[in-house]
Amino acid sequence: MNLTTKRWLPHTIAVVGLLVLLYPLAWLLATSLKPADEVVTSLDLWPSHLEWSNYATAMDGVSGVTVTRLLGNTLLIAGGAVVGNVLSCSLAAYAFARLRFRMSKVMFAFMVATLMLPHHVVLIPQYIIFNRLGMVDTYWPLILPKFLATEAFFVFLIVQFMRGLPRELEESARIDGCGAFRTYWTITLPLSRPALITTAIFTFIWTWNDFFTQMIYLFAPEKFTITLALRSFVDESSTSAYGPMFAMSVISVLPIVLFFFVFQRYLVQGMATSGLKG
Amino acid sequence: MSTVPTRAPARAHRTTEPEPPAERRHRERQWPAYVFLTPWMTGAAVLTLVPMAVSLYLSFTDYNLFDPPQWVGLRNYQEMLTEDPRFWRSVGTTLLYVVVAVPLKLLLALGAALLLRSLGRGRAFYRSAFYAPSLLGASMSIALVWRALFNDGGSVSQVLSAVGIDVGGWVGDPDLAVFVVVLLTVWQFGAPMVIFLAGLQQISPDLYEAAALDGAGRWRQFVSVTVPMLSPVVFFNLVLEMIQSFQVFTPAFAVSGGDGGPADSTMFYTLYLYERGFTASHMGYAAAMAWLLLIVIGVITLILFRTSRSWVFYADTEGR
Repeated sequence: MNLTTKRWLPHTIAVVGLLVLLYPLAWLLATSLKPADEVVTSLDLWPSHLEWSNYATAMDGVSGVTVTRLLGNTLLIAGGAVVGNVLSCSLAAYAFARLRFRMSKVMFAFMVATLMLPHHVVLIPQYIIFNRLGMVDTYWPLILPKFLATEAFFVFLIVQFMRGLPRELEESARIDGCGAFRTYWTITLPLSRPALITTAIFTFIWTWNDFFTQMIYLFAPEKFTITLALRSFVDESSTSAYGPMFAMSVISVLPIVLFFFVFQRYLVQGMATSGLKG
Repeated sequence: MSTVPTRAPARAHRTTEPEPPAERRHRERQWPAYVFLTPWMTGAAVLTLVPMAVSLYLSFTDYNLFDPPQWVGLRNYQEMLTEDPRFWRSVGTTLLYVVVAVPLKLLLALGAALLLRSLGRGRAFYRSAFYAPSLLGASMSIALVWRALFNDGGSVSQVLSAVGIDVGGWVGDPDLAVFVVVLLTVWQFGAPMVIFLAGLQQISPDLYEAAALDGAGRWRQFVSVTVPMLSPVVFFNLVLEMIQSFQVFTPAFAVSGGDGGPADSTMFYTLYLYERGFTASHMGYAAAMAWLLLIVIGVITLILFRTSRSWVFYADTEGR
């Protein structure tokens, strides 16, 4: 009896915890399919009938810009950010992990220190720079910094991974006459795939979820991202708009959910190693 | 494969080389590193170091983005600290949020990690499922869900009034609105949980066996083995979550309806910084707020590092 309790108690707590944790997500999905008059009246998650027209309304988008367009814009920014981060962060990481150069310790310490730097302290001057360059209300301020390895988290992540790789392959490539660039490109980079995939996925999700940077740099509705479109619902107090609003919300989190299911191993692993080696 | 045997002689040969060529070779080896570092160094200089200096300068000026900055000395800091009740309101809200949300989130994360460790089968499943909110929680969509759940007539107020607690909507209540953001943060305990779990799995089973042989019960094992062995991870999570929490924006924006309401009760520090800098065009004031935030985060991090010597146990340095 006691033994059975001991075995089942953790599982019971886990199941209950999971249900509480997932309730907001279930509520989101249910509300996106509810007819307008059912949204508030009942705690019942299940709609009396599935109101697919919420999704049709949501697809029309906000201020004349369709959701397809909004998703395309967001995808463009996220895609650019992924390419930028994977390239620039892996280049810097290779230098920190494998090459010797003057001031390497100082530079590495600086890189780690920027991990803790609140974004706000560089925000206004960056805005001034992009404003001078005529890049406000374009995607450049959202993509260009990623090509300059400004996200130290990923440089650090890849450095830690590369340091764990055996040196033998690289050294023998060196002796065979491979320069630093070919060694990086043909040996270290392919071996670092797990860290690069983790970088790509986190960059994608974080850029997809980003709100603040997009809000300060983008103004024209046709350039809006899905998050900026959702923003116009923030001061919406009437619950009659809930259906289409949460239908659009479901559409906007769908790519993240998809990424999660496909890449959960990399996400969990990446999160775990980031903490332990630090 | 065939290259491996050639390695050792090559090395032996190199070490016998006279000094000058070795130095030249060392210099030769340096330039590729700088090529690899060019994007990072450019970013560090142009997008981090220079902006930090510029925002420090701007914090001593009156600047609206269009006219040249006017030097005002410490005026912004003085106004902030002595004449601006909304600033202090934002400090109070943010501190309350950090002090409540971070420990709650970490305790839940630790509890969940311990729970998952005790699960045999299904551990991987629950680990992923508990982690999922951490990925979604930062999004506007989920913030809107929380705003709706805690609104007047939303699920939470319905459930609470069903058990006799009539508080109405939290979102419209100046005393409760900030806790909507707190709960949304706590909901994302999965990320530190994953880090805790990885830390727990690195604790050698030998330590527990030795403790059990010495007659330690489960509680004693937790206090004397788990807690010290896990303390570096606790410390890491604490610093990380603290820094992140000070900068919370999206949920604050969504829950407050974008303006820090009701009655400035969800006017978080970053929200107020945004309002002063970008809505009211007081860039100098916003820069001063940003620098103060940097200093506060820096000081707290330093204090945490100092105190960590007395409660963080590093097995590497203190012997095994």
